[in-house]
Amino acid sequence: MNKNLKEQVLRSSGVNVLKCMRCGKCSGTCPSYDEMEYHPHQFVYMVEKGDIETLMNSKSIYKCLTCFACVERCPRGVEPAKVVEAVRLAAVRQQGNNHLKPTDIPGMLDEDLPQQAIVTAFRKYAK
Amino acid sequence: MQVNDNFEPVIVAFCCNWCSYAGADLSGTNRLNYPTNVKIIRVPCSCRVNPMFILRAFQKGADGVIICGCHPGDCHYTSGNYFTRRRITLLYSMLDFLGIERNRTRLEWVSAAEGAKFAATMEQFTADVKALGPNRRLEDLRCRKQ
Amino acid sequence: MQRIGVFVCHCGTNIAATVDVKAVAEALGHEPGVVISQDYQYMCSESGQQLVKNAIKEQKLTGVVVCSCSPRMHENTFRKAAASAGLNPYLVEIANIREQCSWIHKDIATATDKAIILGKAAVAKVHLNTPLNSMESPVVKRALVIGGGIAGIQTALDIAEAGFEVDIVEKQPTIGGKMAQIDKTFPTLDCAACILTPKMVEASQNEKITIHSFSEVEDVKGFVGNFTVKIKKKARYVDETKCTGCGLCTEKCPMKKVPNEFNMGLDNRSAVYIPFAQAVPKVATIDPNYCMMLKTGKCGVCSKVCSAGAIDYKQKDTIIEQKYGAIVVATGFNPINLDKYDEFAYNQCPDVVTSLELERLMNAAGPNGGTLLRPSDKSHPHTIVFVQCVGSRCDDEKGKPYCSKICCMYTAKHAMLIREKYPDTEVYVFYIDVRTPGKNFDEFYRRAVEQYNVHYIKGMVGKVTPKSDGKIDVQASDLLANEQLHIDADMVVLAAAIEPDKTARPLATMLTTQMDTNDFFTEAHPKLRPVESATAGIFLSGACQGPKDIPETVAQGSAAAAKAIGLLCKNSITCNPCVAHSNELMCNGCSSCEKVCPYGAITYIDKEFRMPDRTTKIRRVASVNPAVCQGCGACTVACPSGAMDLSGFSNSQIMAEVDAICK
Repeated sequence: MNKNLKEQVLRSSGVNVLKCMRCGKCSGTCPSYDEMEYHPHQFVYMVEKGDIETLMNSKSIYKCLTCFACVERCPRGVEPAKVVEAVRLAAVRQQGNNHLKPTDIPGMLDEDLPQQAIVTAFRKYAK
Repeated sequence: MQVNDNFEPVIVAFCCNWCSYAGADLSGTNRLNYPTNVKIIRVPCSCRVNPMFILRAFQKGADGVIICGCHPGDCHYTSGNYFTRRRITLLYSMLDFLGIERNRTRLEWVSAAEGAKFAATMEQFTADVKALGPNRRLEDLRCRKQ
Repeated sequence: MQRIGVFVCHCGTNIAATVDVKAVAEALGHEPGVVISQDYQYMCSESGQQLVKNAIKEQKLTGVVVCSCSPRMHENTFRKAAASAGLNPYLVEIANIREQCSWIHKDIATATDKAIILGKAAVAKVHLNTPLNSMESPVVKRALVIGGGIAGIQTALDIAEAGFEVDIVEKQPTIGGKMAQIDKTFPTLDCAACILTPKMVEASQNEKITIHSFSEVEDVKGFVGNFTVKIKKKARYVDETKCTGCGLCTEKCPMKKVPNEFNMGLDNRSAVYIPFAQAVPKVATIDPNYCMMLKTGKCGVCSKVCSAGAIDYKQKDTIIEQKYGAIVVATGFNPINLDKYDEFAYNQCPDVVTSLELERLMNAAGPNGGTLLRPSDKSHPHTIVFVQCVGSRCDDEKGKPYCSKICCMYTAKHAMLIREKYPDTEVYVFYIDVRTPGKNFDEFYRRAVEQYNVHYIKGMVGKVTPKSDGKIDVQASDLLANEQLHIDADMVVLAAAIEPDKTARPLATMLTTQMDTNDFFTEAHPKLRPVESATAGIFLSGACQGPKDIPETVAQGSAAAAKAIGLLCKNSITCNPCVAHSNELMCNGCSSCEKVCPYGAITYIDKEFRMPDRTTKIRRVASVNPAVCQGCGACTVACPSGAMDLSGFSNSQIMAEVDAICK
């Protein structure tokens, strides 16, 4: 279990996973349930356990439509879609770790490259 | 501030009759030791404690004042300790304004079942006040007993 | 000049082992006003008390300080001793040198010093003690029960049984409440009407009980033992004393398209109606919102057919004023409104019903005569899905944060009854947790699963979609199988959360009782005083205090009755004399104290004062009702002018204690 990763997902999602009462309404309402290996309620529970790498390596994070049905209907206000989004972000940022370091920037600079792209790239690929 | 090992602070504790006074009795029944500096005054409810009493204690030379009441929601009079909480919060900001150390005054919730908590709280509070040293700012020298 | 006696107790060795009691007695003997200072082995013993009594008489003491154990232990003992020697009991003070001194300290020198200071504080306080006399306040021997459901009926019957007059106020045309709408009761499956209606009849026939049906409490004044209540009897346009309940008017009434609230609007009634066959009182009521005569002045059929001449279109609301000694609140509950739960399609599909609606659908007196049919097309349902915790245990504004307690059991009951009566029906129950703490409750639920083969699925329904073929698609998760299910259901039953009746909140304001954030009445103590409100003389019965099933409601109804009887038995009540009082000359009528009083003990009166220049002036001043005041002292601190003070714990007394300790 990676504590930092759990911390990061909790912080970036702003979700308190301990509020979950394990009713499964999120999974009951999810339109892409059958596409997913791990379902919304599992996301919440696995984040609580700190089992985040498994989720990051699963295709499920890209199957969530972010339709927010689960957020709308969760009786405890847990907001599972935000957890999925945070895991997705963690995966993206982790990839970024290998790709973009500030020292690499000068070599990659291009005159036509808009500055906004650099900022966006940082946001996406740097931790 | 210099810590004087021989300094024995005077501490006044206001305890509500229904929870904290009973909690203090319980710590006695369980023979839980706490410093002799603490002297308890029984009041029907923590909301009976007029901030004036606290200032009077400081004026007369007390070094610390602690108010103990029932836990929020458990007040025998339903809402008394909520009033206390508000009043003491206001008193804090007044004491801050006057430059009196915050740690000289404390509000604590002690139920009738928390004898151990009562003793521990008093132990800690006495240590805190001891570390602060004697109350010089609010003490009225004219009130000092010769 | 005060003459104070100090008595220091050894408590065997309990005090004497760590406190030098002789030194304490010696030191306190030198305090101002102290004329006698003694120590003794056991002060609380007969001979110890005699010592105090003799000293009071011989030394003509005006105050007594006993340095002994906690006042919570023996304050009353010494007060009684003082009283028997002719000294006002409130001139006795206790210095606690056992629990708060000898037992917690080990060093004799410091413990003795502390004991002396505690003694000095008590002496300083007793100097300022004033004799207090307990007031007596008479008790009106009549009780009011607000709400005529099973809780109110049980309470009223028990109070009447003890020989006191009871009035029941019920806002509906009949008593009976929610239990009258229920078909069967768990876990015994006996019919609710069969056990409720005899009680309703008993209540109506008991000569000690007066039922004010179709009435509401309008105003409450007064205090424990002496409430004055205004009850509004709403116009029912039928003379209760003349109506025989024959029901002819309800048959002949041409206006038959009125939603029948007793059957949860699943069928219609006429504009003049009797809610159900066993209604008590069995008297017709005209619904002014639908009656043609009352709306347009054209009809009058009911008055023509009524042989008793009971119909009175000109009837008006009337106000009854009555005095009561005790009030019992039994306002009960309602299922919550499910309009905000779009995902369950409750508003879109008639075949999605609440559990209370299902009770009516299955009841022999219900819209289908007891045959379970779909409300939409009156066909037999073959697949029924139950959804639990709809609105219960919800953290958002749509639902309620608490567990409604009864849903698990009634859902098991419904599932079982359906499987019993229609074995070809498949029944699914979606649950989060099955909560069955109660006598024979879990066995009952297991029977539903094991004997009746009800499909219990751990999971929650996420979406209910009515389909064009009349079926209902239920999309849900099965957490244990980790799959999403789609069930083609014929009916969906929602176990709606229950909430306190809407009338409870204004009533609580009238009664100055406390409510929690969910509008349930708050009991005086969650464990030890579960049926009393914090306001003296107001008792709580049934689901108005929290979700409850029938056996619990009845138990609490009887408990509330016992508490009310205990009050009504007394001719007068002795009040705690340590209450607040206001100095009228200092009071400026600012209302600060009134706002913080949790009991509503403070009122304002206009009083005439003589001014220095011989004129008189009317000023608004606070007045404390000593029978209602419980002596918390919140008002004394709120008072900006220092007019409010608390007897027994006055400002000057506490200041004197502070001074004595700080010296």
